[in-house]
Amino acid sequence: MKYLDEYRDAGTAKKLADAIARITTRSWTIMEVCGGQTHTIVKYGIDEILPKEIELVHGPGCPVCVTAMEMIDRAHAIASRPDVIFCSFGDMLRVPGSHGDLLEVKSNGGDVRIVYSPLDAVNIAAANPTKKVVFFAIGFETTAPPNAMAVWLAHKRKLSNFSVLVSHVLVPPSMTAILQSPGNRVQGFLGPGHVCTVMGYTEYEPIARRYKVPIVITGFEPVDMLEGVFCTVRQLEAGQATVENQYSRAVNREGNSHSKKLIEDVFEICDRKWRGVGIISKSGYKLRYEYRDHDAERLFEVEDIETNESSECISGQVLRGLKKPHDCPAFGTRCTPQTPLGATMVSAEGACAAYYAYGRHLESRNRPAVAPSRQPLVQIETKRRETTTVGSTP
Amino acid sequence: MCLGIPGKVIKTYTEHDVLMGKVDFGGVIKQVCLEHVPQVRIGQYVLVHVGFALSCIDESEAQMVFDFLEKMDQLDELKVPSPATAGAEGGSA
Repeated sequence: MKYLDEYRDAGTAKKLADAIARITTRSWTIMEVCGGQTHTIVKYGIDEILPKEIELVHGPGCPVCVTAMEMIDRAHAIASRPDVIFCSFGDMLRVPGSHGDLLEVKSNGGDVRIVYSPLDAVNIAAANPTKKVVFFAIGFETTAPPNAMAVWLAHKRKLSNFSVLVSHVLVPPSMTAILQSPGNRVQGFLGPGHVCTVMGYTEYEPIARRYKVPIVITGFEPVDMLEGVFCTVRQLEAGQATVENQYSRAVNREGNSHSKKLIEDVFEICDRKWRGVGIISKSGYKLRYEYRDHDAERLFEVEDIETNESSECISGQVLRGLKKPHDCPAFGTRCTPQTPLGATMVSAEGACAAYYAYGRHLESRNRPAVAPSRQPLVQIETKRRETTTVGSTP
Repeated sequence: MCLGIPGKVIKTYTEHDVLMGKVDFGGVIKQVCLEHVPQVRIGQYVLVHVGFALSCIDESEAQMVFDFLEKMDQLDELKVPSPATAGAEGGSA
């Protein structure tokens, strides 16, 4: 496919890996912010073809992972009601709350439906006027325009039976929280490319200046990621700390003005609790007062939510780049994608789940955080197939 | 979650006053909301997330990484002596 295949080319990737090796003289720790980028890194073994001086740590950018357990429990309570059709993206259905997941609600008779787009949920509301249709509106800034469009459209079409359970999170406050946390190791960021298609990257410029970290807005394919690392290392080696745009085929500095306006019309900024991290000030969106009649949190009162997180889980430290999945004694044994203990194992884009899916739980738990040997880059495609097979072994 | 897939716009239309389109993802055709890329033309590529086009793909920018690598190759060629030259140098040592 155009704009995908050429960015997965092993020859191009090798040239970039060689270029990174040529300019690297010291150790650097770089965080990729987005869960999709974490998935690409582990899937293609990008961290293993970089020079040993470069360590990639994995950030908090998986909205499925960081949705607070209270919100999952609230979703379950609403979805269990007989008068509700509960719509969600597929990857939220397996996320365990205090009393099971949404698939269990469905198997117990709840009308839980997977939708491809929030706009599909609006059409379900139009087709089922006697039911209350609730959409689980999670995501980062990337998903805010489609979710805002669903609310705006339902309001315009006077679909009073449509509401959204909002659990939106924002990237810049989470990056600031990481940089301010004691023991922070992150020296540079691969910025979230798709978030920036919407928001642009002006919000990241003061972060780069204040904390003296390079931030390179980066795409999601292997060639994108390697070029993002190259640009970050080039800045680090030169002592620079600016925002650079690797993903210029999709991102411009100002973002999408239409999307930003709709987000501004429908949502307002609020404090938000992140699973594994806690409350981060001004790190989420909630519906504006004008759209209160579409606010599921207001329409369905759910009382007495008491959550119980595992005390063993280190996902909070993984999400801040302080630890790797291998550092957890439960990883791959007591904690697996089938029986996740915490945030980073609950979705395919969480760092622990990605490591597990590509067979890294089978590697020595004593391996150092940085891979000791480099894989021949030309085997990038072969490696992907092999590890997928390994990952599917019980 | 923040998955974005490039696809080619093959048709545009309006539904409930919202600009929509049919987009081709390597042979799979999907309905996509194009309201936030109103400048899009048939045949252009858009980046689609959960049935919603977030941006148009800029063809000239898409080529930049490959141009950069080509320039780097050319620089490397200038630095590495050709076998004939290397042989001559070796002979004179």
